[in-house]
Amino acid sequence: MLLIHCPYCEDDRSELEFRWAGEAHIARPEAISEISDEEFAEYFFLRNNEKGLTYERWRHIHGCGRFFNAARDTVSDRFLMTYKAGLPKQPVPVADKMAATAEEKTVETWEATEGDAR
Amino acid sequence: MADLALNMATRTLPLSGVHGGSSVARLEPASPAARLSLRARSEDVAALSTALGIALPVKPKTSASSHGRTALWLGPDEWLVIDEGQGGLLQAANDCAAPHSATDVSHRNTAILVSGPGAAMAINSGCPLDLSLKAFPVGACSRTLFGKIEVVLLRTAEDAFRVEVWRSFSDYAFGLLSEGARDAAL
Ligand SMILES: [Zn+2]
Repeated sequence: MLLIHCPYCEDDRSELEFRWAGEAHIARPEAISEISDEEFAEYFFLRNNEKGLTYERWRHIHGCGRFFNAARDTVSDRFLMTYKAGLPKQPVPVADKMAATAEEKTVETWEATEGDAR
Repeated sequence: MADLALNMATRTLPLSGVHGGSSVARLEPASPAARLSLRARSEDVAALSTALGIALPVKPKTSASSHGRTALWLGPDEWLVIDEGQGGLLQAANDCAAPHSATDVSHRNTAILVSGPGAAMAINSGCPLDLSLKAFPVGACSRTLFGKIEVVLLRTAEDAFRVEVWRSFSDYAFGLLSEGARDAAL
């Protein structure tokens, strides 16, 4: 079971208590009625869907109920860090990043195993 | 003339009459209590604490008790206050001028008391929380999951817990706890 650190409970808790809540740090345009359709689509619909390090919002819905931000590696599913909502995007500590990249190489991805299957 | 007393309605509690458990974990329904779901900003905690006669805990996973009232930290701005004593809980909150939200949830919840050497194990049969004394000491509390329902857990003694559960889920909670209590005795 994956343990996720809640920055409000200051505790590592089971993934069952959490809900994913989309990409983090998406700022709502200030004059939203004045922006073009393309700009609105960019803000409202388009997400980066990055492979590797990604910043997401999570909610400790069955615990303290708070939303918070997390830096997560989408390849290894490893949480690199979590921090309170409202804080600016936090840099991931270098050591954690290295560990995550090393782990990434050993993770069995579809791309990596596809060749064997054929 | 009809005897009106004979026609009086009686309130049936959600878990009235049930009993269960095993040789290591005893299960019993808690007596009815008054409960408040309380929300407030950190700057108003002091005023509310004075009004309720209980110091609202601000540290995660902790609770405070005094005069039959227990305040459980649920989140940075949220508490569950349980009154098993003198009553007047909602009135005390209403009399407080500091801005807050207080909702009477006395009848939304009921509680199951789990006690005995296998109490933690019985709860852990459906709950992922670390219930070791180090991680969850006496007085610790948290909202968490038990099986497929949400509960609020309070450790009242080294081998005793109070499981606060929504009343419509109380049958499920009691059933799963009974299974857990039996497993803990194996
Ligand atoms: Zn939390």
